[in-house]
Amino acid sequence: MNSIQIDSPRPMGGRKISVASRVWNTPSLLVGGLMFAVLIGLAVFIPFISPYQPSEQNLSAFLQHPSAEHWLGTDQLGRDLFTRLIYAARTDLKIMVLAEIIPFCTGVFLGMLAGYYGKWLNTLISLLTDTLIAFPFYLIVIIVAFASGAGERGIYITFMLVGWIVFARVVKGLSASFREQEWVASAQTLGLPGVRIILRHLLPNVLPQAIVVLMTDMIGLLVAIVTLGYLGIGITPPTPDWGTMIADGRSFITTAWWLSAVPGLAVVYTGIALSLVGDGLADLWRKK
Amino acid sequence: MMRVSKTLNKSSGGAVSGSWLIWAVIRALVVILCVMTAVFFIIRIVPGDPAKMILGEYSTPEAIQKMRHTLGLDLPLWEQFFRFVKTLFTQGDTGNSIIAGTSTRALIVERAPVTLLLIGMACVLAVVVALLLAVLAATHKDRLADHLIRVIPTITLGMPVFWVGLLLILLFSVRLHWFPVGGIGEGWTGTLYSLTLPAITVAFSQIPTLVRSLRAQLLEVLESDFVVTLKAAGIPSRVVLFKHVLRNSALPTLMLLGVNISYLIGGTLVVEQVFGIKGIGSLLFSSIAKRDFPVIQGIALYCAVSVVIISLLIEIISWWLDPRTRGKQ
Repeated sequence: MNSIQIDSPRPMGGRKISVASRVWNTPSLLVGGLMFAVLIGLAVFIPFISPYQPSEQNLSAFLQHPSAEHWLGTDQLGRDLFTRLIYAARTDLKIMVLAEIIPFCTGVFLGMLAGYYGKWLNTLISLLTDTLIAFPFYLIVIIVAFASGAGERGIYITFMLVGWIVFARVVKGLSASFREQEWVASAQTLGLPGVRIILRHLLPNVLPQAIVVLMTDMIGLLVAIVTLGYLGIGITPPTPDWGTMIADGRSFITTAWWLSAVPGLAVVYTGIALSLVGDGLADLWRKK
Repeated sequence: MMRVSKTLNKSSGGAVSGSWLIWAVIRALVVILCVMTAVFFIIRIVPGDPAKMILGEYSTPEAIQKMRHTLGLDLPLWEQFFRFVKTLFTQGDTGNSIIAGTSTRALIVERAPVTLLLIGMACVLAVVVALLLAVLAATHKDRLADHLIRVIPTITLGMPVFWVGLLLILLFSVRLHWFPVGGIGEGWTGTLYSLTLPAITVAFSQIPTLVRSLRAQLLEVLESDFVVTLKAAGIPSRVVLFKHVLRNSALPTLMLLGVNISYLIGGTLVVEQVFGIKGIGSLLFSSIAKRDFPVIQGIALYCAVSVVIISLLIEIISWWLDPRTRGKQ
């Protein structure tokens, strides 16, 4: 955070406003952050909130309607839907965050290199992104996930291959525009090596925008994880996952529609939270 | 590439148009070559032996060896690639299906019409709805309608397309009995009727991004000098909107669709699965279930090459229709 302010090429404005008050004045960031915090809190404390285990079957109490005992009812195997829903949040959110790390770093780094050095490196990276982007996102995700085997590992491999493109594209554009500016030219005149300019000066300036993109991208990633689960090539049972929960509930759509509807709502809820955080961060950095 | 077109645009005249076109076509061709290479490597870079995946965990080493031979996997990599390219140029596909024995091209061509129809219907629906919403938002800027419409992307961004499909089935098929639960009806009207709900589902995933960009696009036109002048000249704002503003946003809409076409195709494949439509999507999933690698590769190749060609065509059309975009490409 500090380095962003120090290295910012833009003037800071006359009045220094504290970070806390700036956050306070960005309602979307507050609301989104709170929504996300509630979800994380539930996921962390679910063993203390629910008396049930996520895979605990009770065949005498299957497909029950919501009640005081089972807040969201039970599924076809008598498992408590609320408990499974929150344990699924653990699975899906963990994978969502872990699967973004490598693509984010690779994308930002390649984007900076392509934008700063340009020339053949830019041509090469553009060609690579143009090629990968030609494959419909879900097509390539489905094929790679299938080929690398269902389960978590497949998801990580898939996003390592295709996830970096979006960051590379955004950061490349930003870096190319920064390269034309005086502060980069003066750093070059001082004889600073390219690596130092990229890491010390370019990185802090492209990072805010990249993080805003990261928020939106995480939503897409979460939806993809859930879609793979639904298609049977993502998370494998009995690990709870929103996608497989929706798929399992499909057979009971006429009698117990909420089995499919509720896990989907959980995805939508997470999407809204991340989207608000992204919008809020964008506002926050724009105000500065 | 960017550099070339930038310098070219400094001069003017017919020669520029020609060179731009040639460069665009060359770039598309290079990307297509890269796509072909990617399709070749797609099953080779990921861990695991395709032969073993086809036959299953408990297959004998002899059977695996035989399958490797059938697939040509026992050859050196360069020879495999050479064979792959040869099949590509002589047969126009990625070899024969392991299960059906017929060429992958025949399989894909047989399934393509339904998928293309679905994509077409979804495109039309998405554009019409997105344009209506965008016009409403832009003409009511910062009023209630605008605020409501601007919230749409925030809410719908995290909606899995297959889940939206399920909910639509629940509401319109199971509860209201307006549409069939899935499959394709008979005859033209039957097909169109049964594809309506899937098309709405696919369109639903496209509308948020379209609305967001179109609203910005429309606002830019609405606030531009020529619109202000037209209004000042006493031309009714409805006429200005439909005759001038919308005409000016037709092209950006087309370009946006071009950018999204790849995403649209991917979404369609998933939606087909939800509604049990026998198109390219169901071919993909059945091939995955049967581990039919050549067909999977063929689908990847045909989809990606179509995306490159469609993007190129849209680039050319917009360049041809609107001289202003010429500098930007």
